[in-house]
Amino acid sequence: MTATAVHPTESTQPTSRAGELTDEGSTLRHAIALAKRSLIKTWRTPEALVDVTLQPVIFILMFTYIFGGAIAGGSQHEYLQFLLPGVLGQTVAMAGIALGVNLNTDIEKGVFDRFRSLPISRSAPLVGAVLADVVRYLILFVMCLGTGLIVGFHVGTNPLAVLAALGISVAFALCFCWISVWVGMIARTSGAVQGIMFLLVLPLSFVSNAFVPTATMPSWLAQVADVNPISHLVGTVRGLMVGGPVASNLLWTLGWMAVLLLVFVPLALRAYRRRA
Amino acid sequence: MTYAFRAEGLTKRFGTTQALDSIELAAEHGTVLGVLGPNGAGKTTAVRILATLLQADSGRAQVNGYDVTRDAAKVRRSIGLTGQYASVDEDLTGTQNLVLIGQLLNLRSAAARARAAELLEWFDLTDAAGRMAKTYSGGMRRRLDLAASLVGRPAVVFLDEPTTGLDPAKREDMWGVVRQLVDDGSTVLLTTQYLDEADALADEISVIDHGRVIAHDTPDGLKRVIGGQRIRVRPSDLGRLDEVRAILGQIAGASPEESARHQLTVPVDDESALAATVDRLTESGISVTELSFHLPSLDEVFMSLTGRPTETTKEAA
Ligand SMILES: Nc1ncnc2c1ncn2[C@@H]1O[C@H](COP(=O)(O)OP(=O)(O)O)[C@@H](O)[C@H]1O
Ligand SMILES: [Mg+2]
Repeated sequence: MTATAVHPTESTQPTSRAGELTDEGSTLRHAIALAKRSLIKTWRTPEALVDVTLQPVIFILMFTYIFGGAIAGGSQHEYLQFLLPGVLGQTVAMAGIALGVNLNTDIEKGVFDRFRSLPISRSAPLVGAVLADVVRYLILFVMCLGTGLIVGFHVGTNPLAVLAALGISVAFALCFCWISVWVGMIARTSGAVQGIMFLLVLPLSFVSNAFVPTATMPSWLAQVADVNPISHLVGTVRGLMVGGPVASNLLWTLGWMAVLLLVFVPLALRAYRRRA
Repeated sequence: MTYAFRAEGLTKRFGTTQALDSIELAAEHGTVLGVLGPNGAGKTTAVRILATLLQADSGRAQVNGYDVTRDAAKVRRSIGLTGQYASVDEDLTGTQNLVLIGQLLNLRSAAARARAAELLEWFDLTDAAGRMAKTYSGGMRRRLDLAASLVGRPAVVFLDEPTTGLDPAKREDMWGVVRQLVDDGSTVLLTTQYLDEADALADEISVIDHGRVIAHDTPDGLKRVIGGQRIRVRPSDLGRLDEVRAILGQIAGASPEESARHQLTVPVDDESALAATVDRLTESGISVTELSFHLPSLDEVFMSLTGRPTETTKEAA
């Protein structure tokens, strides 16, 4: 290290300098810069994508060929039509887990100390991480649909409806993942984040219409399944990709998305501020 | 008098641990404050409060004229923080780490890249600029971390034990960086466990223990209290310990202390005592396994100031 005076001589004045942008719209800009950071990390560790690549493939194949015959009275193809939106709903919920785990790791490693000492909005690092997750959810949707098409799923509607299904899935995922962000802020270790989220997401995704019609469940369970946000997402996607009514499920889904945001974004931000 | 930063009566408790017990720290613009204290003294806690990462239970702190609680955003515009543990992003390259900070500080892309390149060059990381930080050595990570805290040309720089664990040559490099920062007009708060580091860099030193300042002075003032340089000798032939004791006693005009490892240590006034010691030992034909000329260690500082060793040595003993 040579001590030549590369360090600024004009230095230290807090006034605006050449090459500096104004504060306008800075939170979004900062969030995007931080989202890029997350994407670079994802790019460097592609194995971290198994939950949005391999997992949906395995689930689709497993459920179709192992349970399909039993559940749909012998017609694996019919079951696949039913199952695909279900796997999508379940994996969308599971894919958010990694976000909370990663954020928790970042905080433990002290990376967030640096962000917290910078003059950026406190929410920017969290919003940035959530934005980057869009890419993972897009991959997830493509993997689900791609696998489905290969093993015989056929779209009963039109490409526009499929696009709408993609849109609502990604949007729902972006709302749902704030639960994981919040847990990532309050849990002590990244292992705990994973554990807590699994305990939450697994029952939530099975007590739903994702794998079997809720009418086959005991009525008390069916009632739970019928209000479950994942059921409504799956119902919406079924309508959009297989055919059938959409409106009611869509409204319920949008309502749930609003509730998730209103509850878990403030919780996550508050937990983040408190975490020293 | 205007201070670049000033903490008054800061108190912080973690459960049953009183990490800060009404601590006072201050430095004028363009100076270096050395905060000297053993592990657990409260150095990191004090730095984190000044850097707005932590709220004090009571007391006030200002940085660059702004209150750390009320004007946290303005404080963050004024500071650079290099924590005790490097907080670089391991999956990003050196350049990506610094460009990200630049973008978060509202630099345009080109300006952020230029600033990153400039800092990487300054910290001798240009060759490693395109490599992921996880491939860096400990020293390189420290440098990148320090570079990251300087992207915004901060008026006040907090360095929390920047040289702990670095080898001597790397320490000197780091000292050069601190001097350069001060030359460029920054104010530096440097925490350390080494008196020689504080002596080499600081304009004033606050010695802290259990979250309180137990001594505050200029390095020279502090050395007047705790004694300056010391000479330590351990003869190869322990049978000649008494002869060495006599020689050191004559040269220093004080009787040496003997450690459990039979090292004799005595405070001396100036460097000429070293030459005198070497001469006298040679004349008497006494060979040594150890002969050193050094500032007091943290333990010796604490012995002089409080009459007891630091907690950490007590535990180790
Ligand atoms: N987050 C924390 N939770 C509990 N105790 C803490 C925490 N941070 C620091 N401490 C305690 O506060 C005291 C001061 O710690 P610290 O400021 O890290 O000291 P130093 O940096 O001088 O080694 C220590 O006893 C330490 O164990
Ligand atoms: Mg510390």
